Formats: sequence, structure tokens, C-alpha cells
Amino acid sequence: MPRKVLLIGTRKGAFFLASDDRKTWELHGPFCEGWPVYHVIHDPTSGAVYAAAASEWHGQAVWRSPDLGETWTHSSEGIAYEAESGRKISKVSTLAVSDGRLLVGVEAPGIFESRDDGKTWSLLSTLAGQPGSEAWDDPGNQPPGHLGISALMFDHEDADRFWAIVQGVGLFETTDYAQSWTPRNRGLRADWPREHEEVGFCVHKLVRSPIDDTRMYQQNHVGMHRSDDAGQTWTEITEGLPTEFGFAAATHPHDRDTFYVIPLDPGHGRTMPDGHAAVWRTRDAGSSWQPLDSGLPQRDAYVGVLREAMAVDVDDAHGLYFGTSTGQVFASTDEGNTWAQIADYLPPISSVEVAAFE
Amino acid sequence: MANVFLPSTLGALFPGLARQVDVQAETVDQVIGQLEREWPGIRDRLCEPGPTLRSHIHVYVNGERAKLDTPVAEQSRVDVIAAISGG
Repeated sequence: MPRKVLLIGTRKGAFFLASDDRKTWELHGPFCEGWPVYHVIHDPTSGAVYAAAASEWHGQAVWRSPDLGETWTHSSEGIAYEAESGRKISKVSTLAVSDGRLLVGVEAPGIFESRDDGKTWSLLSTLAGQPGSEAWDDPGNQPPGHLGISALMFDHEDADRFWAIVQGVGLFETTDYAQSWTPRNRGLRADWPREHEEVGFCVHKLVRSPIDDTRMYQQNHVGMHRSDDAGQTWTEITEGLPTEFGFAAATHPHDRDTFYVIPLDPGHGRTMPDGHAAVWRTRDAGSSWQPLDSGLPQRDAYVGVLREAMAVDVDDAHGLYFGTSTGQVFASTDEGNTWAQIADYLPPISSVEVAAFE
Repeated sequence: MANVFLPSTLGALFPGLARQVDVQAETVDQVIGQLEREWPGIRDRLCEPGPTLRSHIHVYVNGERAKLDTPVAEQSRVDVIAAISGG
């Protein structure tokens, strides 16, 4: 079995959980000097780990470790808007890497790229001219969290193609490496007035089946949605879930119709409903849902799970992991049927990703 | 040479950087420029585009709150403080 390392971003630094058997886990860290870490990823090509972090005092940077946490460097050289633009960067929210291209999404909304393993950066796109962009720098229009570009997802094969979520605005696709963009929100629901037909949707999390490029799922502020045409159109699949709200989502690595989500109370608390922790699974692409709570706290568990805080590995009997706003990490190796708590007392968790090593 | 006192949070980011360094400079901006030459990246940790000091980085020259263009003289004491905040 490949060694697994869970890469965990928290409000007080990054941590790694490592295991050879997915039963016993060893905690490493904290890393990144206790900076709030929004996202940690692994580049399987170079072996490097990258962490997007933003210190209250020292600003934002992307940290890099080439040796799984033994040593770290950090840089924000080039991650800045021109002073004349009036735009400022409050945080680096999300990372993606493909084919030697390292991207970081920031707030105020923009995407910076590095072609030298995170040493230097340059502005790739602000999605200027897209519907909604004329107003998204207005603090009055920004949703809580102020993530800006909240997620980036590369195509599996074509590094010129990727998707970007602008928090509170919607999903956008580029097929020419950010030279042009297309809103991909058709069919989504919004329970509020919108100024543009194509945008004004609150996309929380986008995932794509690794075995069927046409199949995507998204957790939205109002509902779960599925796409069968790689995001060109969306169909709501909320019915059967306890709430329409949530952040985290994950796809089964070997079954296009199986998908996991963690519904949350849609009020401002945004914790699991009724203090009862559960992951919900569909095996039929959202026609029906089953709660998976064996081994999870059944009462008095007012925990939240953020948008990047659930992940899967790709073993035949795949692992499923999530981290909570109260510092626990839970793992399942039987498609969510049973769960084990593998870490506790961590700072509030913002992201969980899996790195696998032969 | 100005005597520059740096916060412990910087030492953690730039291993080997001492808490106190002597710098030949005529302004706070030049102090940071000298530090940047020896410790690439340190300017980004202290300043934001403008340039201006980061909002939670306070600099004092001989006990007086300073900005980037504040003069620094021979024997000046320059304190760089990561403001007490957060939780």
C-alpha cells in the first residue's frame, strides 16, 4: 500500500499526518510558523509540497517544502497588484499545480502563476471584463471569508484548461490558459437578486470524476448540483439531503456516480445539523442519498467542515478523509461506512489533501 | 551605523537573521533595503505595495513612530515591531 500523507492546513500552521497502513497515523508539524494556512497541496511531479498562507503581520506567501516538511522556503515575490490599481491582496486562498505551472488564487480576486517552483510569481489573470468583475472589489459585495478566487482546478490532461471559482460570483472556465474565460453557471440556483444572467451564484466547491471528465459535482450555497457535460450545464440534486448548504465535497476515485458531501446548517453557525456528525453519500449520481455516521460523533458535535477540508486517496479500497473546524481529522477506508478519528486538538482546519508515495 | 532591532517572528522566517543588526542607512526605507540585500524577501514581510509599511508592522526611530521616509542617523535606534494583536 502506498504511504499516505495527509496535508492539513489550519488557522495556526500546516500539519502532516502520515501512515503506511491507514490505521495508525503519525503527526508532523506545525509548519509555516503558525501562519494561517488556507490550502496545502502536493505536486506529484516534483514531489514538493506548497502551502498558501497569510500572516496578519507579515502578509501573504506561498511556502514550499521539497522534502515533506524537513525544510521550507517561502516567497511572495511578484504576488502583488500595482499600487496604482488600488487593489490589495489580503490572502492567498487556493493553490493548483499542473505541468510545471503553479497557480495561486488570491483576494482581491486574481490568479498569479509561478514557473520556477514558487520562487517568483507574476499576475496571470484578474478575470477582468467578466460579468460581475466590475463590482467584486467593492468590500460591500464581498462574502464573509473574503477568499476572492476560492478554488482552482486544472484539467487532467490539458494544462491550458482550468476552472476558477470567484467566491460569491460563480464558476469560470478557461481553455487558453486564462487568455479568455467563460462563465459556467447555467442551471444553478440562486435565492437572491442577480445583476447578470451568467453570474451571481455562490459556488462553494467543485469536484470532477477522475474517470469521467464530463462528470462534475458542486456544493453550492443553495444546493448540490451535478453536471454531465463538464460544467456547461448543471442539474440540482439536493433532494434527500438534510440541508442544501455545505462546503466540502469529494468524488469516488473509481465510480463516477458515487459522491460524498457534508451538509451543514445553512445559518451563520454552519455546523453539522443537530450536532450529529455525518457524511452523506450518493451511489446514483444524486438520485438518492445515505447518511454515513458510524464512528462519527452522534450528539453534541457542533463541528464545521470547510470547502477544501475533505479528500480521497485513489487506492482500490479508497480512503476518505475530512478535517473539522474544531481540529479533528476523521478517516474511512470503506467508502464512508465506518469512520475513525485519527487526530484531535489541532487548530481549526481549513484544508485536507492526500499525497501518496510508493 | 543604525542599530536595528527586529521582531522574533522575522528570525523564524529567515534562519540566521539576528534580532539586532547594524545597518548603514539614511531612511527607514534604506534600512529595509539593506536588509533585503542580505535577506531576500524580507521587504515583502515588512512592506506592501505603495510601498508602505504593513499595517501591523510598526517602526520606531529613537522611540518615535516612523514611516518609510523617516530619516535615520548614525547611532539611531530603529525598532521594528510586530504589533501585539490577534489571538
